[in-house]
Amino acid sequence: MTTFLGMPAGGGNLTGEPFPQAAREALGNAQLRRNLAKATGTIRAKRANVVGELPDWAQLRAAGAAIKDDVLANLDEYLLRFEEALTSRGTHVHWARDAEEANRIVTDLVRATGTREVIKVKSMATVEIGLNEALADIGVHAVETDLAELIVQLGKDKSSHILVPAIHRNRSEIRDIFRREMPGVDPGLTDDPRALAEAARRHLRHKFMTVDVAISGANFGVAETGSLVVVESEGNGRMCLTLPRTLISVVGIEKLVPRWQDLEVFLQLLPRSSTGERMNPYTSVWTGPTEGQTSHVVLVDNGRTATLADPDGRAALRCIRCSACLNSCPVYERTGGHAYGSTYPGPIGAVLSPQLTGVDRNPTLPFASSLCGVCYDVCPVAIDIPSMLVHLRERVVSAKRATPESTAMRALAWAMSDARRWRRLVRLGKFGRLASRHVPLPGWSTARDLPQPPKETFRDWWESSR
Amino acid sequence: MSARDEVLARVRRAKVSGSGSGAAAPVPREYRAAGTRGPGDLELFAERLRDYRAEVRVVDADEVPTAVAAALRERGARHIVTAPGIPPEWTAGWAAEQARAASAAERAAAEQVAAAAAEQAAPQVGEQVAAAAHEQAARGAERAAARSGTAELSDPIGRIESRVPLGGDAREALREMLEAADAVVTGCHVAVAETGTIVLDHDAADQGPRALTLVPDYHLVVVRAGQVVAGVPDAVAALAGVRTQTWISGPSATSDIELERVEGVHGPRTLEVVIVRDTQ
Repeated sequence: MTTFLGMPAGGGNLTGEPFPQAAREALGNAQLRRNLAKATGTIRAKRANVVGELPDWAQLRAAGAAIKDDVLANLDEYLLRFEEALTSRGTHVHWARDAEEANRIVTDLVRATGTREVIKVKSMATVEIGLNEALADIGVHAVETDLAELIVQLGKDKSSHILVPAIHRNRSEIRDIFRREMPGVDPGLTDDPRALAEAARRHLRHKFMTVDVAISGANFGVAETGSLVVVESEGNGRMCLTLPRTLISVVGIEKLVPRWQDLEVFLQLLPRSSTGERMNPYTSVWTGPTEGQTSHVVLVDNGRTATLADPDGRAALRCIRCSACLNSCPVYERTGGHAYGSTYPGPIGAVLSPQLTGVDRNPTLPFASSLCGVCYDVCPVAIDIPSMLVHLRERVVSAKRATPESTAMRALAWAMSDARRWRRLVRLGKFGRLASRHVPLPGWSTARDLPQPPKETFRDWWESSR
Repeated sequence: MSARDEVLARVRRAKVSGSGSGAAAPVPREYRAAGTRGPGDLELFAERLRDYRAEVRVVDADEVPTAVAAALRERGARHIVTAPGIPPEWTAGWAAEQARAASAAERAAAEQVAAAAAEQAAPQVGEQVAAAAHEQAARGAERAAARSGTAELSDPIGRIESRVPLGGDAREALREMLEAADAVVTGCHVAVAETGTIVLDHDAADQGPRALTLVPDYHLVVVRAGQVVAGVPDAVAALAGVRTQTWISGPSATSDIELERVEGVHGPRTLEVVIVRDTQ
């Protein structure tokens, strides 16, 4: 595994089949494309509205980027400060080099409680490391309590979006999944979103009141105070964080902010960018174990330090998982999230996943973009995703051995580096008129025609017509 | 090497390899900072709350008991819980109403029982039994009347202490109590006009522990004008050092089905806010 400067790579749910193949399948699914177009169109309009309301959006964005850069530049110090603040209040802090180690820590903690079931707050980090599967291996059922995660779990499906994992499903598909998989559900359940939400409420109510171990992620960890922050909408997060006796929070090491004050920036940037609301319905902040709970925090690397080591790629770690880039991306809107094969789909996934795993294990993702740049425009922490994609394409290409394409490109570079040589070669291009009909160029000519070289070169025409 | 030491070593190695590491540029904070925008605009706050489909009443300080009583009456709340430290007058109006209603109901029920008993008994056993039933009914009505308006009436208001010992039966009892409650009444620490947000400090006696405001289906918050700030930075500044917080913006909601907002999933399905104007 080659990652940047030989840093150890991350494992877990970060790779899939090559993007071009997966995308081709997705593009053939008309229902999926309709669902995605409708959902992303709705959210784009909402986001644009509430972002436009703030006269200081650009300044907030600049501050958000700078705060995260400060975190990344001094991550070791902030991690130590965070650990100190947590342990001084009685929270148990664990460190994990990779997905496997993080899963081992959590499963050991869960096993020690003797429970057969845990309730979960929606958490990208736990999807990334494949925690539910690891828990299943020790006979513990993880109950997803976020509505979209529940839809994915009951449908034995995979998440396709950072914020709304079931975005690829429409209401009648969700009704069918509930009718089929939800124990005790009303067989006459309709596809009214209200009725579906009510069915989920009833289904989970008993779990909230009885299951004694919860697993969460965190949107932010404040190094200065040891506070953890979970931003959510439904109240399932509050239920999980409040009622169980044991709370285990799995947190990527880049989730820190240095100071309490920094939340004044992110609590404006995140809700407006993600759900297009002025503020999300619920944000929970807890500092140390609360109301008699036992609290654990697992700090996870899993390829983040490898990402940090690349000065041209590390800004991907600024990401606050808002999903604005997914909702705006013309590629994502057509292929959906599954085509990216990683827990992190869309533009941010195309730059983050290859860096977490090493580009050799995700060589197609940096190419899953038209480089239109809308992802950069909407990013609340100003991650220059297009430039990063180009940088990662270079890393992918330079890591590969010579291919027909790279040989051709090298030959072209040689040809173009000298004006006279180039001129002579272009004249020869006429003969390409014959060749182009017969030479197939796989990958290049499947979706477009190879252009016919003209009979006369521009230079020849210019000279003859003067 | 422990995982901790190794992760930290990797971070340090990454810093060395990356150019421009170490001291990052100072954070530009040119956005609208805390304390630069004056007090929160109550009208804007109310509008933003209504945008989330929260119920809002704006009243003067002396109208709070009436407003709370009206809200709870319209909600049809029979049993409420409150944070232990809320001013007793907030719920006094509702408690008095409940007591009057309870005594009236008890008297009416007793009379009904007596009438039914008399009707049934009269032809079979004769005047004597009917008279006894009447007497019993009268005593019941007297008892009800005597209790009305006094503390003797079984209290419909449960107060949840902020330090609830978890574990064992106490925890079960708390859950049962919260599940049985129709409504919860609390104060708040700070509120944000621009975003229609209310923030609870769970160590404060008038806001109560986290579970209190989570399990009942209806949450009534009383917000004083002085607690309403203009923007998020003002609220963050006011919350420095507050250990356990819940930021609430409207009722529980989801956009998980076709990104269409539906109010009411796991948290309270109705949020009602009584905003108390400054009286000066």
